[in-house]
Amino acid sequence: MENAISTINLSRRDGAFVLPEPSGLERLLGPEWARILRGLLTNPLSVLGSLIVLLFLAIAFLAPTLAPPVRLNADPYNIPRDGFGPTPKAPGAEWSRGAPPLPFWYEPITGKSEWVHLMGTTSGQFDIFYGIIWGTRTALLVGILVVASSLFIGLIVGSLSAFYGGFIDDVLMRITEIFMAFPFLLAALTLSAILVPLIGRGIWPSVIALVAFGWMTYARVLRGDILTTKERDFVLAARTVGAQDNRILIRHVLPNAIFSTMVLASLDVGAVVLSFAALSFLGVGTDIGYADWGQVISFARDYILSLDTYWYIIVFPGIALVLFGLGWNLIGDGLRDILDPRMRGKDS
Amino acid sequence: MTAYIIRRIIQLPITVFGVTVLIFLMLQVLSPAERAALYIKDIPKNENQIDRVIKRYGLDKPIHIQYINWMFGTTDQETGQRVGGVLRGDLGYSRTGREPVIDLLLRRFPATLELAIWSFVPILGIGIWLGILAAVNHNKWFDQLARLFSIVGYSFPTFVFGLLALMLLYAKTGWFPPGRLSDWANQIVLAPAFVQYTHLNTVDALLNGRFDIFLDALRHIFLPIITLSYLSWALLLRITRSSMLESLRQDYIVTARSKGLSRRDVINKHARPNALIPVATVGGLTVVGLLNGVVITETIFNYPGLGSAVAVAAVSLDVLTVLGFVLFNASLLIGANLVVDVLYALLDPRVRLG
Repeated sequence: MENAISTINLSRRDGAFVLPEPSGLERLLGPEWARILRGLLTNPLSVLGSLIVLLFLAIAFLAPTLAPPVRLNADPYNIPRDGFGPTPKAPGAEWSRGAPPLPFWYEPITGKSEWVHLMGTTSGQFDIFYGIIWGTRTALLVGILVVASSLFIGLIVGSLSAFYGGFIDDVLMRITEIFMAFPFLLAALTLSAILVPLIGRGIWPSVIALVAFGWMTYARVLRGDILTTKERDFVLAARTVGAQDNRILIRHVLPNAIFSTMVLASLDVGAVVLSFAALSFLGVGTDIGYADWGQVISFARDYILSLDTYWYIIVFPGIALVLFGLGWNLIGDGLRDILDPRMRGKDS
Repeated sequence: MTAYIIRRIIQLPITVFGVTVLIFLMLQVLSPAERAALYIKDIPKNENQIDRVIKRYGLDKPIHIQYINWMFGTTDQETGQRVGGVLRGDLGYSRTGREPVIDLLLRRFPATLELAIWSFVPILGIGIWLGILAAVNHNKWFDQLARLFSIVGYSFPTFVFGLLALMLLYAKTGWFPPGRLSDWANQIVLAPAFVQYTHLNTVDALLNGRFDIFLDALRHIFLPIITLSYLSWALLLRITRSSMLESLRQDYIVTARSKGLSRRDVINKHARPNALIPVATVGGLTVVGLLNGVVITETIFNYPGLGSAVAVAAVSLDVLTVLGFVLFNASLLIGANLVVDVLYALLDPRVRLG
């Protein structure tokens, strides 16, 4: 593994130690990012993870081409339905009515000129293929929204706590502990159940609930990082030239402390999406028929006794969810090794 | 040591107080009329009735008085009796359970407890064992395999895993049915001849000498146990592995090895006890994981415990039941954390003396 010493590898030239020339990558991204990128690209598991995540990004981007909406002016996040019958249809069944327009790639690949239910339908005849393709957009949107908002709250709480210390620190950390005393999923379930009658169904109740009970780890980790950064010489230097608290915090401490938290937080997108799907599965998230993986799987609950016949309700959205989680976790696993100071320069 | 434990016990009520305040505040999101509607048992909700309940429970009073009423109860102006009060065990009326929340919780608790007890042992045993094996075989094929298992494990949502398990092991083969008991077994258990000592079916069956019922209960609980366990295995394996790797790098391991101890003794007597210290914390986290996982697991397997009751309540917006359950769980959790902290202090002299 790339170790910290080798990135600042001193070489002897003309009797004096000189720093090596930065590589093109380092000049482009800076040494920290270059080290992370190099670490990721040399670990096969993280490469696999990145490919999976890129695949989902591509699917989300190409959703209108992969699964065209039935009507142009309707909300594309509502899964089109083929009637209202309760019995799911197997993959390959033809649309009996209201089929979406054929995308250009369809005929050359399948050789058919009729749009079929590529992955079957749920009960109520919602098209599973459409739900999975557009559900990718929902997943990415929810994941990024929740992580960014949680990180923002964690940033405020953590930096106030660490920078001012004393009484403020005590109060904020006790509050953080109280939030942590709740089992995460249950607390989110409760809050979104309360929010649904107030702001209606959709992604928002679950998003707000996941943020409300998801910021604590970031706050605590950031607080720790800021506490160590605060003691470093450049902060003292800034203080001696008369910089004010705000300026020191924002310009000097935060940029140096926030780095690893930000990288690790971005990988929680996978975990957040799995929790969001769990809430949808239990029925407190989006409306029935909204393009969201948990929502699609929840249809399987009515068919537990005959899941061997209607396997496609669980298998296809299940694969989407597991792959999504796996992609982010594979990158995360590699990154943790790169960023963990204890692991630097060791052979693991 | 004693001082440490006493300090922790003094902090306990403060955290519990915070938890109740937070739950109470969540309830405040609803308007007085909506909260009053939560207390009314009968379905027709007319204006007069709601106003009466608002008055009766003081739902229009200032917020701090409401909190005190909610915690300690208030005197009913119509009958002169004490009503309400979380501390008096009155968590409100469960609309979905059609009984007081506290009764619902107590009735459903044994089923969940049985599930938790059965899951805890395989989780800790197998998780720690796999983690240690992975660390001892660092970077060999077993380690890589364990690592992959762990990553796939925590990428797998509980409900997908559970549904797939049902698909393969029940819908296809009929081996492990959902529910808690088969109908025939249920009739025997509910009959007066069968004494329910603990309300844990497996234990009661053995105490009554009914081995067939024991097997039936086990057959039903098997898939929920596996579903609850696999996620915790992933986590425990990972923590144990890195903790054991850390511990194998220490100087005292080299010392033990160089004084001629066998590899086995070095691992079992020197590395493992030290590696297990952080694992104690994870033991506490496992309890959290069980409580979290139980909601979804019980729902999928139609298992009549606390988790499935709260899932139904949450979907039907039966807020009082959900909050009652959260309060119940938060108290359990805080208790579990206390036990872990004390255990930690007992295991690690640096904490005990520091």
